[in-house]
Amino acid sequence: MDIKLSIKNLDAYYGKNKVLNNISIDIPRNKVIAIIGPSGCGKSTFVRCLNRMHEVVGGTIKGSIELDGKEITNVDPVLIRKKMGMVFQKPNPFPSMSVFNNVASGLKLNGFGRKKDMAQVVEKCLKQAALWDEVKDHLNQGGMELSGGQQQRLCIARALAVNPEVLLMDEPASALDPISTTKIEDLIFDLKKNYTIIIVTHNMQQAARVSDYTAFFYVGDLIEYNETQKIFTIPDKKQTEDYVRGRFG
Amino acid sequence: MDSKFFLYKKKFISAIMMSLTFVAALVAIVPLVLIFYYTISKGITYLNFSFFTAMPKPVGELGGGMANAIVGTLILIGIGGSIGVPVGIMTGIYLSEFGKNKFGNIVRFLTDVLSGIPSIVVGVVAYTLVVVPMKHFSAFAGGIALGILMIPTIIRTTEEMLKLVPHTLREGGLALGIPKWKTTINIVLRTAWKGIATGVLLGLSRAAGETAPLLFTALGNRFWSTNIGQPIASLTVYIYDYAKSPFEDWNQQAWTAALVLIMLISILSLLFRIVTRSKYKMN
Repeated sequence: MDIKLSIKNLDAYYGKNKVLNNISIDIPRNKVIAIIGPSGCGKSTFVRCLNRMHEVVGGTIKGSIELDGKEITNVDPVLIRKKMGMVFQKPNPFPSMSVFNNVASGLKLNGFGRKKDMAQVVEKCLKQAALWDEVKDHLNQGGMELSGGQQQRLCIARALAVNPEVLLMDEPASALDPISTTKIEDLIFDLKKNYTIIIVTHNMQQAARVSDYTAFFYVGDLIEYNETQKIFTIPDKKQTEDYVRGRFG
Repeated sequence: MDSKFFLYKKKFISAIMMSLTFVAALVAIVPLVLIFYYTISKGITYLNFSFFTAMPKPVGELGGGMANAIVGTLILIGIGGSIGVPVGIMTGIYLSEFGKNKFGNIVRFLTDVLSGIPSIVVGVVAYTLVVVPMKHFSAFAGGIALGILMIPTIIRTTEEMLKLVPHTLREGGLALGIPKWKTTINIVLRTAWKGIATGVLLGLSRAAGETAPLLFTALGNRFWSTNIGQPIASLTVYIYDYAKSPFEDWNQQAWTAALVLIMLISILSLLFRIVTRSKYKMN
C-alpha cells in the first residue's frame, strides 16, 4: 500500500482534557477515507490535527504525523496547510471577495501567481469543483450571493487552488440539501484521482458511498479501521457493527 | 361572548402599549428636530459663499466669514484622526484577535475608563503635556487632545465589529496556508471594514464637535493660520465665543457656524459611506 499520511500514537488535548487517545492510522494515497462516529468522538479534532488547525483553537497534540514519510508536527503550520486543503462544515466563502477572488485568494494572499495564470487556475479549479458552468458568467459577483451548495463547491475550488495533496473535508455536505449533497459526493469521486481525501461524516450511507476506507471513532478512541466494504458488512468489532447498523450513536 | 370580550381587551391593551411606544419615539425626536429647526432657520441668514471664504471681521463691522475656523476644524480633526484612527483600529485588532489575555482585559478596562473621562480633563492633560513644554498654544496640542478622545470609540467599535466576523472565516483563511497576519488584514478586517468605518466616523464627528479641550490647547485664532505649531481657529470655539458675545451680529454668526459644523459632519459621513460601500452583498 502506498502510504500518504502515517499517523502514529496521536494524542490530542484541549487544555488538560484529552480528546484523542493513541490514534494510529495509515492513510493510502489517492483514496477516500471516511471518519465516522457519534458526536463528540473526536472525528473533527482528528482531521484538524492533521492540518494543525487544532492548535488554532488552543489545542495541543502528542505523537507523530508523517506526510510522505516526513514528520510534520514540528514544521511551520503555514507550510502544512498549503499541502492539506480543508473544507468546513458550513460553507465559508470570504464575503468581501468576488467568486473569482475567493478562488484566487489562497494564491494571491500567499503571494503567488501572475494575473494571467490566475484566470487559468481559477477556471481549472472551478471546473474541478463542478461549479464553472454555473458561475462562469458571474465571476465578479460576491461569493456570498451563491446558493449554499454552490458556496460549498466554491470553498472546494478555493481549497484546490493552492494545489494541495490532501483534502480534508469536515462534514462538507451536512448543511446542504440532497441535490447539492449528491453533487459534492460525485465530486469526491472525481477528485480522488488526484488527491487523498479524508472526509468526516455523520451520514453512514455517505461514508459507504464515497469512501474506500472507513475509520470508526468512539469517545476519542479509534475502534476500527478497515476497507469500507468490510466495515459496513462484517466489521471485526461488535461496537462498530452496532454503530453502522444504527443501534446506537 | 366571553372570548370575544377578551379578544377586544387584548387588542385594546395592545393598542395602548403601541401608542405609548410611539409617543416615546416622538418625544425622543423632538429635541433633534428642534436642533435642526433652530440651527437651520437661524443659521441660514448668514450662510452664503463668503462665510466659507472670508475672514472674521473686527467687532462692530458687519459680515465676514469663518474660513479660518472651517479650515482649522478640518486640520484639528486631521491631526486628531492621524493619531486616533491608527491607534484605535490597531488596538481594536489586537483586542479582538490577540487580546484574550490579562493584558487585553486591562486594555479593555482602561479603554472603558478613558471613554468616560470628561473631554475637558483630556484637554487639561494635553495642556500639561504639550502646551506647557512648548510654552504656547498650538493646533498640534488641540489635535492630540482630540486624538485621545477618539481612541476609545474607535477601539471599541473596531473590536466589536471584528468579533462579529465569524470564526469560520479566520479558519478558512488559515486553512489555505495564509499566515495569520494576512488573514487578519485581508479577510477579517476587510469583512468588518464597513462597521469599523462607522466607528471611525463616530470618533471623528465627536472630535469635530468638541469645544472644551480646545479652549486651552488650540486656543483659537482670529487670523488665518494653517501652522500646526501655532494657535488655530475652530468652529466650536467660534460658536462658544460668538454665542456668548453681546453683539447681535456675532450671535447670528454663531448659529451659522453651528449649521456649517453640522453640514461638515454630514458631508464627512456621506463621503465615508460612499468610500466604504461594499461591492457585494455580505450575507
